[in-house]
Amino acid sequence: MKNLKYLLVGVLFGITLSKAEVISWFRIYEMFKLQSFHMFGVIGTAVVLGFFIIRGFNRKVLKSATGAMVRVEEKKKGTPRNLIGGIIFGLGWALGGACPGPIFILVGKGVVSILVVLFGALLGALLYHILKFKLPHYVFRSPNKKT
Amino acid sequence: MDFILQPWPWYVAGVLIAFCMYLMFYFGKHFGVSSNLETMCAMSGAGKFIDFFKFDWKKNIWNLAFVLGLVIGGFIANQWLMPDQTIALNPKTVEDLAQIGIQNAGSGFLPEEIFGMEALFSVKGFLILLTAGLLVGFGSRYASGCTSGHGIVGLSSLARESFIAVAGFFIGGLIMTWLILPFLF
Repeated sequence: MKNLKYLLVGVLFGITLSKAEVISWFRIYEMFKLQSFHMFGVIGTAVVLGFFIIRGFNRKVLKSATGAMVRVEEKKKGTPRNLIGGIIFGLGWALGGACPGPIFILVGKGVVSILVVLFGALLGALLYHILKFKLPHYVFRSPNKKT
Repeated sequence: MDFILQPWPWYVAGVLIAFCMYLMFYFGKHFGVSSNLETMCAMSGAGKFIDFFKFDWKKNIWNLAFVLGLVIGGFIANQWLMPDQTIALNPKTVEDLAQIGIQNAGSGFLPEEIFGMEALFSVKGFLILLTAGLLVGFGSRYASGCTSGHGIVGLSSLARESFIAVAGFFIGGLIMTWLILPFLF
């Protein structure tokens, strides 16, 4: 039951991305064609507010439920991993019109074919961990053996 | 009530997305969807073949609960909150899509040419869906984050890595949309 609150945040997030049409393939296409402000507005608003929220947590103006300090996890370092990984992700995002959140939301919407995309995404995550030792992460040449 | 049933403008969505992120931090967790892909692989027994997946997936149940919420949210919105599922796209977008072989853009949330049953049961259509998923899953784990983790949280915390990753998202997205999609349909 202690997990119910996370489920409810998910419900709110799912309804929000549905109602704002972020889960629509067409909206993603329109964004990458730079023909609408909609998606940029959605992400931009969230990031600007998010900036103040994270600053609030860092400066202890905002506190967590337990009063414990909130630390935003640091992202994994390495330009190649973030750039190449990002490009691969972007190719898939524009092809399927859905990033991971919307994939699950579209499952709830009852879109049968999104299950293939979800299966592909799970397979992709699996494949990454099989191949990661051969991929560059921290420097562009000689793949780093440590992950 | 009327407002709830209309499509929500970008600023409403932006505020609510930031609020969701706030709630996850408030509860002492983080905000990110794509790490769940790994948890689900581990849950399905991928640890038998790949050491990485031997981690205790039960520690991430809170995030799986969030994902279950996404599914439920998608269901609720579709059932009761979206009487009109047409999308007011830029007319130029509709025209561009017709030219590359995607008709009736905006008459629903998704193009029939990609998500319809006919596409699903054709070899080409199936491969397009599978490839989209593969790229999303592989890329998000390679970059260790997707639109939520890098796009929202990472950019909000001004993380250098996330600016690089999001630049990558757009490079990939622009290549797909401008150079590859026109030749697929």
